[in-house]
Amino acid sequence: MEEFAALIDALVYTRSRNEKLELIANYLQATPDPDRGWALAALTGGLDFPAVKASTIRNLMHERVDPVLWTLSRDFVGDTAETASLLWPAGEAPPDPPSVSEAVEALTAMTRRSVLSELPALLDRLDASGRFALLKLATGAMRIGISARLAKIAFAQAFGVGVEDVEEYWHGLTPPYLALFAWAAEGAPPPDTGSLPLFRPFMLAHPLDDTIVDLEDYVAEWKWDGIRVQLVRVGGEKGETRLYSRSGDDISGTFPEFLDALPIDAVLDGELLVRGVHQGGEKGGAASFNALQQRLGRKTVSKAMLAEFSAFIRLYDVMILEDDDLRDLPWTRRRAHLEALMPRLPENRFDLSPVVDAEHFDHLTEIRAGARDDAIEGLMLKRRDSPYVAGRKTGLWYKWKRDPLLVDCVLMYAQRGSGKRSSFYSDYTFGCWDGDPDAGADLLPVGKAYFGFTDEELRKIDRYVRTHTVNRFGPVRETDRSLVFEVAFDSVHASKRHKSGLAMRFPRIHRIRWDKPAHEADRIDALRALVRD
Amino acid sequence: MAHDFAWIRPEPHGIHVVPADCWIDPSEPADHALVTHGHADHARGGHGRTVATPETLAIMKLRYATSDGAVPVGYGETIRLPGGVGATFLPAGHVLGSAQILLEHAGERVIVTGDYKRCPDPTCPPFEVTPCDVFITEATFGLPVFCHPPIETEIGKLLDRLAAHPERCVLVGAYALGKAQRVIAELRRAGHDRPIYLHGALERMCRLYEEWGVDLGELRLVSDATKEDMRGQVVVCPPSALNDRWSRRLPDPITAMASGWMRVRQRARQRNVELPLVISDHADWGELTRTVEEVDPHETWITHGREEALLRWHQLHQRRARALALIGYEDEDD
Repeated sequence: MEEFAALIDALVYTRSRNEKLELIANYLQATPDPDRGWALAALTGGLDFPAVKASTIRNLMHERVDPVLWTLSRDFVGDTAETASLLWPAGEAPPDPPSVSEAVEALTAMTRRSVLSELPALLDRLDASGRFALLKLATGAMRIGISARLAKIAFAQAFGVGVEDVEEYWHGLTPPYLALFAWAAEGAPPPDTGSLPLFRPFMLAHPLDDTIVDLEDYVAEWKWDGIRVQLVRVGGEKGETRLYSRSGDDISGTFPEFLDALPIDAVLDGELLVRGVHQGGEKGGAASFNALQQRLGRKTVSKAMLAEFSAFIRLYDVMILEDDDLRDLPWTRRRAHLEALMPRLPENRFDLSPVVDAEHFDHLTEIRAGARDDAIEGLMLKRRDSPYVAGRKTGLWYKWKRDPLLVDCVLMYAQRGSGKRSSFYSDYTFGCWDGDPDAGADLLPVGKAYFGFTDEELRKIDRYVRTHTVNRFGPVRETDRSLVFEVAFDSVHASKRHKSGLAMRFPRIHRIRWDKPAHEADRIDALRALVRD
Repeated sequence: MAHDFAWIRPEPHGIHVVPADCWIDPSEPADHALVTHGHADHARGGHGRTVATPETLAIMKLRYATSDGAVPVGYGETIRLPGGVGATFLPAGHVLGSAQILLEHAGERVIVTGDYKRCPDPTCPPFEVTPCDVFITEATFGLPVFCHPPIETEIGKLLDRLAAHPERCVLVGAYALGKAQRVIAELRRAGHDRPIYLHGALERMCRLYEEWGVDLGELRLVSDATKEDMRGQVVVCPPSALNDRWSRRLPDPITAMASGWMRVRQRARQRNVELPLVISDHADWGELTRTVEEVDPHETWITHGREEALLRWHQLHQRRARALALIGYEDEDD
C-alpha cells in the first residue's frame, strides 16, 4: 500500500503527461502480481466496493470527530476522502500497512454492517497518505486527473506492447488482470477473450489539410456530428449486446434501445445520433449535436427521454459479421457486406451513411461547401482498398471538416495555463457586444479557448495580458478589453449556462487581430443568427 | 470576580490599548503603535512612535527606509506606557524578532500573541508560555486537519528530490521574511553545504538575518548564475515568483512550496506545486489547542484565521472564547 500511496501522491502533484506515464509504468514494472493489477483497476475505474460510500466515511468520522469540526474541515479541504485521511486519529501502534491485494480482499468482504468496524481497522494500519489512497480506492472515485486511457497507455509503455492490443484484450478481462500481465510482462500467449462482447479499437482518420486525393482511389462519405460508437453482439440469440464509445467505454446503459436491436452477431462501426425533429430538419434525419447531448452521460434514462430523443446509429462499417472477421478485407468488400446487411436491421435503429457521389475532387469541394445539414461535420475520404486497421494510418482515411464559422470577439479574461504553459496566460475568455459599443453597450462572454495560436503568438499575447490588466482574481486577469480575436467554431447553440445565452462548439483562436479596434468586433446578434437548433 | 477588560478594545483596524491610547499591529497609521513582528500585515509603516523588538525595528527600517520614532524593547523587557499600562515583549517563535506582548493594567494581564508557533526554529527563540487572564491568539491553521510534520521530514523530502534529479533544480517558494531564512537554516542543519541560489527579492532580508547572527551559509543570486551553475541546486524565491516568467531562466525547476497550506492536496495543485513542503511558521491545530491549555487563560480572543473551529474547540472544552473580526491580516502565503 505504501508504494501505491506514493504513486497516487506523485500523480496528484505531477502535471506533465509524460511524467505521469513514467510514474505509472515504473510502478507496474516494480510491483508484483496481483497488487499491480488491483492498482491498475483502481486507476481505470474498475473497482467497486458497494459497502463503502462517501456517506460511510462521513459516518465513521462522526464517531471520531466532533461533527461541527468535521464539517468545517470538509468544507475547507473540499474532498471527503482527503479530509478523513487527515483527521483520522493517529493510532498508538506504528503503521503496519496492508498490501494492496490484502486491502482489496478486505474491502470486498465488507458488508454495510461490518464496514463500520473493518474499515477503521484498515485505516489504523496506515499513515495519512496511505489512508488517502485507501479511501480513494475504496470509494472508486480517484479524481486525480488520470483517465483509463492514460493508465492503459502507461501499461503498454511499461511492457513494450501495443496499446491497441491492450484495448482489444482489456474488455474481456477482470481485475487483477493476471492474464494481461502474463502476456505483456512475461511473454505468455495473449489472453483468451473467446466469446465476449469485446470492444475493438476504432480505425481513425488524419485531417486532409492541403492534400488532394483522386476519387478513383478514394470514396467520399459524410462525417456526421454525433458520437462514434461500436455496437457488438456475440453469443447468438441469447447473446449479449454492448455499445462502446470511441474511447472504449461501455455506454450500453445510457442507450438501452440498442440492447435488443441487433438480430445477428456482429461488430458494427457507426455514428450515434438522435432523430432530427428538434431542429426542424427533414423527417427521419439527424438532429444537431446539441440534441444528442441531452442523452449523454446519463446513468438512467427515462421513457420520456427515450421517446423525445430517440437514438439511432448511422452505420459506416462492419468489422465482424457472424463468425467472420472482415477487418482485413478492402473497404469496398466490407461496404458490400454492410449494404447487404441493412435490410436485416430494424429501420428505426439503423440507417446507412450514404456514399457521396462526386465525379472529381473539385466537384466534391462544391458539394462540401453546399452542405446544409446541421448534423454534418464534414466529409470522410476512405481509400477504397483500405483494410480496417486500429488507430490512424497515413494515407488510408482522411477527415475533411466543414469550414468553420468565424466571429470577431474581444479578449476579456485570461487565465494562466498548466504544464508547459504554466506562467503563461494561455486560456482566454472572450465576448461580443450586446449592442452598439459606441452607445454604451457592454461585452458579454461568449466562449473560452486555449489553442489555435503558435508559441510565438502565445508569448505576445502573454505580454499583452500582463501590460493590459485591470483586475486580478487569483490566476485570472481581467484585461482592458482592447484585443480582438477572430474565433473559429463549428457551431453555436442556445445555452442557459452562459449569460449571453449562447455556447460555441469547439471554439479556437483563428487569428489575432492586433490591427482591429475592439469596438469593431461582432455583436451578440451576429452570433445568435448562426444558431440553428 | 468580574472581568470585563474594557481597557483593551478590539477594533477592526487593530487592538486598542485604551488607557495608553496605543494600538497593537494597527493596519492604519497610528500615533503610537506596538508591533509584534515584521510581516507587512502586522508592521505597517507611517506610525508616529513604534515600539517593537530591535530585530523587528530593523526589519521595518529595511522595508520602509526610516526608523523615525522607533523605540526598541528587548525580549523580557517591560516598557511603561501612559495610563499605567506595562508592556512586556516575550518570544513568540514565529520569525526573527517576533514577540508576544504582555499588557498589564490594574492587576489584569492580557497577552497578544501576534503570530506564533511552538516547534523549534533556528532563526528565533522559542515561544514562552506565560500565564494571563486574556489570551489573544491567531488561528491561521485553526482546523484539525492542520498538523505540520517535523521539519526534518520535509527538508528530507526536498533533499531526496534534489538528489534524484541532478540535472534539474528545486525551486522553493517561501515567504520572504522568516520562511525563506528558516528553510535555508534548516537545510544547513541537515548538512546541505552547497551554495543556495536566491531570487533578488530575498537578498536583503537574508543579509539582515545574517547580521543578526543567523548563519545561512553560502548564498548566491540567480541573476549572477547560469543555468549550468544551478543544476542540482536549491533555489529559493518568494511564492509569487514560482510560476512567473522569472522561473524560465532556471534549469527545468521542480516547483516546491514551503507552506502550512501544502497539507491540503488541492491547495498545492492550485499553486501548480510538484513538491509540497508542509513547513509553517504558524501554530498548527495541535499547537494552538495545547498552547491554550498550557496558558490556561480566563478567556481566549481569536484574531484571525479559521476562528469558527477554534471557537468550537473552546466550547467543547468548556472554555470561554470570542472571535474578533480584525481586518487586513492575510495568511495566504504562509
